[in-house]
Amino acid sequence: MNLRAIRAIVVKDMTVLRHAKAVLIPLIVVPLVLLLVLPALAAFAPALANVPGAGNLTDLLESMPEVMQVRLAGYDQDQKMVVLLLTYLFAPLYLILPLMVASVIAADTFAGERERRTLEALLYTPTSDLELLLGKLLAGFLPAMAVAWGGFVVYAIVANVAGWPTMGQVFFPTWMWLVLALWVAPAVAAVGLGATVIVSSKVSTFQEAYQIGAAVVLPIVLLVVGQAAGVVVLSTAFVAALGAVFWLVAVVLLRYGARSFRRGELMARA
Amino acid sequence: MTPERVIETRGLTRRFGAVTAVDALDLTVERGEVVGLLGHNGAGKTTTVRLLNGVLAPSAGSALVLGLDPAADGVALRRRCGVSTETPSVDDRLTGRQGLTFFAEVYGVAPARVVARVDELLAAFDLSAAADQRVGTYSKGMRQRLTLARALLHEPELLFLDEPSAGLDPVAAREVDERIARLREAGTTVLLCTHNLAQAQALCDRVVVLERGLVVASGAPSALAADLGAGLAVRALLGAAESHDVRSLLTGTEGVEGIDVVAGDPCELRFEARDQAAIAASVRTLVRAGVEVFAVERQVPSLEDVYFALHRGERRSREPGGWAAEASGSTAAAAEASGSAAAGGEERT
Repeated sequence: MNLRAIRAIVVKDMTVLRHAKAVLIPLIVVPLVLLLVLPALAAFAPALANVPGAGNLTDLLESMPEVMQVRLAGYDQDQKMVVLLLTYLFAPLYLILPLMVASVIAADTFAGERERRTLEALLYTPTSDLELLLGKLLAGFLPAMAVAWGGFVVYAIVANVAGWPTMGQVFFPTWMWLVLALWVAPAVAAVGLGATVIVSSKVSTFQEAYQIGAAVVLPIVLLVVGQAAGVVVLSTAFVAALGAVFWLVAVVLLRYGARSFRRGELMARA
Repeated sequence: MTPERVIETRGLTRRFGAVTAVDALDLTVERGEVVGLLGHNGAGKTTTVRLLNGVLAPSAGSALVLGLDPAADGVALRRRCGVSTETPSVDDRLTGRQGLTFFAEVYGVAPARVVARVDELLAAFDLSAAADQRVGTYSKGMRQRLTLARALLHEPELLFLDEPSAGLDPVAAREVDERIARLREAGTTVLLCTHNLAQAQALCDRVVVLERGLVVASGAPSALAADLGAGLAVRALLGAAESHDVRSLLTGTEGVEGIDVVAGDPCELRFEARDQAAIAASVRTLVRAGVEVFAVERQVPSLEDVYFALHRGERRSREPGGWAAEASGSTAAAAEASGSAAAGGEERT
């Protein structure tokens, strides 16, 4: 395995990304909203709940299934609201980060490379198909994990600081969130990569690859909706199992994607 | 295979569905040779380069490049080959230096040598001043020089140049030609894919003409050109004269045929002479008859003449052992290959 070549591909793709506005803007804006704005706003949830006509949050709290009510039993009404939002309802949204970062970068490095017509020169290099694929996958996976884990730390700080007036203690992260960040987030990033590799082999442009690849966000949207509707209740065990499912899907997608990443086929389409 | 033979293909074929891009190609390239692959768009030149580098698998036939089978030993082979592609080699968003450094790492240039080698090539290709500018700001000529520099980073034994002058202005194209000439002088083996016939004639030891994946001619440019015409094409400018007078004067002159006269002042005369003596005899005849002779030019067929003659299909190969028939794997096409001396390079007699 030519690790030097793989590292060079990763470094090159990351250098290219730093100058790609179309790629960078969503990579900056979405984490800012999900990791800073949302948890900071959550601090105002108890106050918002007391605004006339804004009783939805209280209603939401009361509509949660019994298992959730039990988990929140040790908190007062305001604390319940903060914990419900920051620990449970926002949890699936966090998964959007690794998925989106991995998908956007993979779309740029796979389909974008073909669109810019720089793929041919790369295919003439003395690298195997596997080395090329690994280099490209890592170029998407490493930033995705950097954003996911860095974002997890930022989220934890913002959640505790913003929630301090209500909670009066450090309440985050929970075991569920640790499993989410360390086990599920990499799996979700891998799913995003696998899906985008497959899509990129069928399309010609970055935009096409990104837009079609974005369909993998649907399971996460279902989690958000399911939890808000009280159908799904996240727990450490549930999240661990969810991670296993995502890893399974990721392995299937990556294996299929690797089959489509053949030099000859790529060159024929370059 | 002798150690000096760096490319040898036998019946190399590549099909894309119903289209045969390369059809039973037999090609040999010796070490130190510059061989031109000529042909229209879609003739199979780029596909041949891809097959020879192991980035496309052949549908049939075999190839040995630097003693390696491209289909089986592609990685090892590509480490020893350099390819200058027609498509951009370095992302617009990288600087020239970043692009070359990336390829130096991937091609396995010794880590301690990378910086020096990149600087060396940037200087050699007059890109030092723009080394830290984004490639997106480069002119087409600069990009082409960068592509050539990239192909040479790892000092390859065999260089494939795919349309190295495509889209360049005459000055930039000449610069590229000069670089290739220097590589040739340095003994680098080069397979040059080009539409540029003057470039092929100037730089190549041999050329192979492809048409729809078939070889229709191969040989040294001069040999192909010499084989094109049986005699010497001559063009003369004469004082005002009636065309039928000039024609009748030369008709019957031994070794002269194909007389064509365009009346005017000056009057233009073209004919084909069997040898130089026939040219001298013609001039003597005209002068004795009082016709003013301003200029006499012997026209040497160029590679361009050969190329267009092949594609026009005007004339059949004259003998079984002729150059057209020698073209391997192309008997049918060679039979159709033909040519006639057309206006080309001029050599004053």
